[in-house]
Amino acid sequence: MEFLLAIMTGVLYAAGLYMMLRRSLVKLIIGLIMIGNGANLLIFLLGRITKGHPPIISESSDVFTEIYADPVPQALILTAIVISFGLQSFAIILVKRAYKVVKTDDLDEMNTTDEEI
Amino acid sequence: MLIAILIGFVFALFLAFAGKFFKGKLSILISLIPLGLFIYFLQYIPNIASNQIVTESQQWIPSFGVNLDFRLDGLAMLFSLMITGIGTLVFAYTSSYLKGHVYLDRFYAYLLVFMASMLGLVLSDNIISLFIFWELTSISSFFLIGFNNTNPDSRRSAQTALAVTGIGGLLFLAGALILGSIAGTYQISEMIPLSEMIAGNAHYVLAVALIFGAAFTKSAQFPFHFWLPGAMKAPTPVSTYLHSATMVKAGIYLLFRLTPVLGGQEFWNTTLLIVGAVTMFYAAFHTLFRTDLKGILAYSTIAALGILTFLIGLGTHEALLAAGMFILVHALYKATLFLMTGAIDQGTKTRDVTVLSGLRKVMLPIAIAGILAAISNAGIPPSVGFLGKDLIYESTLNFNHSAIFLTGLAVATNVLIAYAGYVTGVKPFIGKLPTGMEHVDYPPLLIWLPPIILGVLGFVFGMFPSLVQESLIKPILTSVGRDPSQVHLKIWHGFTPILGLSVLTISLGLLVYFLWKPTKSKEDFIERFEKFSPKHILESLAVLFEKASDLWTRIFQNGYLRNYISVIIVFLVGLVSLTLLENTTYRIDYSSFSRLTIYEVVTLAIMIMSIGFAVFTKSRLAAVAATGVMGYSICLFFVFYSAPDLAMTQFTIDTLTVILFVLVLYKLPKYLKLSDYKTRVKDTVISIAFGGLITILALEVLAQPVNEEISNYYAENAYILAHGKNVVNVILVDFRGTDTMVEISVLAIAAIGVFGLLKLRLKSSERKQK
Repeated sequence: MEFLLAIMTGVLYAAGLYMMLRRSLVKLIIGLIMIGNGANLLIFLLGRITKGHPPIISESSDVFTEIYADPVPQALILTAIVISFGLQSFAIILVKRAYKVVKTDDLDEMNTTDEEI
Repeated sequence: MLIAILIGFVFALFLAFAGKFFKGKLSILISLIPLGLFIYFLQYIPNIASNQIVTESQQWIPSFGVNLDFRLDGLAMLFSLMITGIGTLVFAYTSSYLKGHVYLDRFYAYLLVFMASMLGLVLSDNIISLFIFWELTSISSFFLIGFNNTNPDSRRSAQTALAVTGIGGLLFLAGALILGSIAGTYQISEMIPLSEMIAGNAHYVLAVALIFGAAFTKSAQFPFHFWLPGAMKAPTPVSTYLHSATMVKAGIYLLFRLTPVLGGQEFWNTTLLIVGAVTMFYAAFHTLFRTDLKGILAYSTIAALGILTFLIGLGTHEALLAAGMFILVHALYKATLFLMTGAIDQGTKTRDVTVLSGLRKVMLPIAIAGILAAISNAGIPPSVGFLGKDLIYESTLNFNHSAIFLTGLAVATNVLIAYAGYVTGVKPFIGKLPTGMEHVDYPPLLIWLPPIILGVLGFVFGMFPSLVQESLIKPILTSVGRDPSQVHLKIWHGFTPILGLSVLTISLGLLVYFLWKPTKSKEDFIERFEKFSPKHILESLAVLFEKASDLWTRIFQNGYLRNYISVIIVFLVGLVSLTLLENTTYRIDYSSFSRLTIYEVVTLAIMIMSIGFAVFTKSRLAAVAATGVMGYSICLFFVFYSAPDLAMTQFTIDTLTVILFVLVLYKLPKYLKLSDYKTRVKDTVISIAFGGLITILALEVLAQPVNEEISNYYAENAYILAHGKNVVNVILVDFRGTDTMVEISVLAIAAIGVFGLLKLRLKSSERKQK
């Protein structure tokens, strides 16, 4: 399974990069989301995956009595998900504003700050 | 001495800030600064005459061996007196010449900085501090040459001068550092005893070549001479100051100063001899084809600098004496000629030598100054020029080989220089006054007095050479390590071959003057060869350089985000793959991987499909929905692999993102097909390479052992220390609580931004601007 997940991560990165290379601003954001998810998956995978043993200590004990999934990557990813949501929502609103003002979501038409003289 | 040098900088700073309040009044008072310095240096004359060297040392950066060591010896004395003496006259002259100019205060500030840097240059004993002052003269002369900053030609000339002398300055730094590391000291006076060791070093030739580069660019030697005629765009006081006594002599000074350290070697002498000879003849020849007074003077200045380089190249006792003398002679007559030109220019509004004549009737004192300078320039006795020329011929005649050839070259050059002197100093004043010039204003005192003083001095020193012999000329020889006891300057040597050569020079010069008339057509004729001149070649190089950098910018800094990303990714993939190829053994241990289940395979398939759909769909909304599906699939993976908290977070966030996306973007039009097939193929290749690299990296890391120390610590202490049983939550809110708090504030900032953007209403005026 790890092998397939590694490939899955690669696919996410590739698709994300491809989307980021498009001229449309919306595609850029979708690409950003994909790479973000790819990174989360990568961290998750590299922390080694464990099936069916969440890092939660059982009711009856003070410490783990059997194997458990690594909690550190999970904590990292949780933070990453939340932060990337902040980024995404801001970017989405920014695109909306930009579209309202310049009536395009084509990056090439936005890359001058001033009117050409 | 430190104060003497710094006072110029201090006053320049003062003028730059407070100069406006004087509005150009009292400007004559500023000439008190160079005058005071002149007197200050004069008081050391007795010390210098009795071979006492005045030194002063100030620690600056002792760890690098860079100190402000000042050393006033014969050579430094000659230059200091010229800088401050001619400086005084130029300062006074300027107060009348540029009277009422808006930027007069600024002009004086530049002039003061220049003077102070020049003084620092000739007084520095430390070659690094010498370099710093050297660069300061380049920079301040840039401002002086480009002073008429509304004139594009003037700006261009200033840039050319800065480019040429600036490159020279860099060469100097390199040469100075090499020299310093060979000698183990940056003190020039300490290098003199080591000269043999330095000459034997493998890097001797390199150091000398670099220093030559500096001296030749500064002193306008062929093929770097072209900045000097261009610099004539400067106001005349600047030309006077820079080209008679200071800036262009700095290179000569450097060569002179380093003669005892680096001189006496084949490479040193031959190079200087050839470059000097080419420069002096080339430039003297060019004077024949100029009609602008300042143009003629520019080329005769280059010729004079060529003579000086040539003499230093000869390197004999007599040649160095001749060079020392000629520096003084040239400064006196050339400054006079320049000041005279300025007066003519101001009076008649033209500098064209073909129309000027008979001006003695309207500006007699200027005529006197001009004729005195022309006489000294031609070397007619009893002027000091005669002494100078005598010494030059003496040194070429007594040189141990090719004496006849060298003397012939010197005579030819001097004939042409004499011609240039007659044309500039005599021609405008004799003959008939052209109509329209009868009412030329009589020049004010401050305009005619300075050239007269200098012109007369040229005769006083000529008639009474003992005035300068003990105090200036002999100490120069001492300062380059030669014995001056045999020096006896006098006008009359009896009937010698040298006298014959002098007579020949004077009369041939007159002959050329009478037979050859400078005309516009001759000037146009020589202009045709401009294509082959070093100036043209350098300018084409500069244009090429500009084009190259333009191309570079257009390729790498083109403002397209996707290009930046592509370049970064391509390099990343390339570099990492290179390392991977060399250092990796591809081993994938399938047995360590967990087994597949049907749920996972189905989820994977859904995910792949949703990604494909998001990438290829033409509908924005569908792409957003597909992104949502992809997020949910990842959410499922988190469920499968024991990460319930992640699954919940991912689920919430993904839902929110999709909702936000749909709310905001459903109004937007469909995707347009913006890129062509080729671009898409290229991007696909880059993307797949990048994704492949990530996969390989992930597999490589999976093959490494994992360190679980931190995880174990958290897991073991979660309940014992933090009293929580969900370890992920405990890490976030307890062990790393501060991080989480900062994260929340980041989210809050993003929320404020979103809120602000949503509420922002552009005013109608702002909207129109867009």
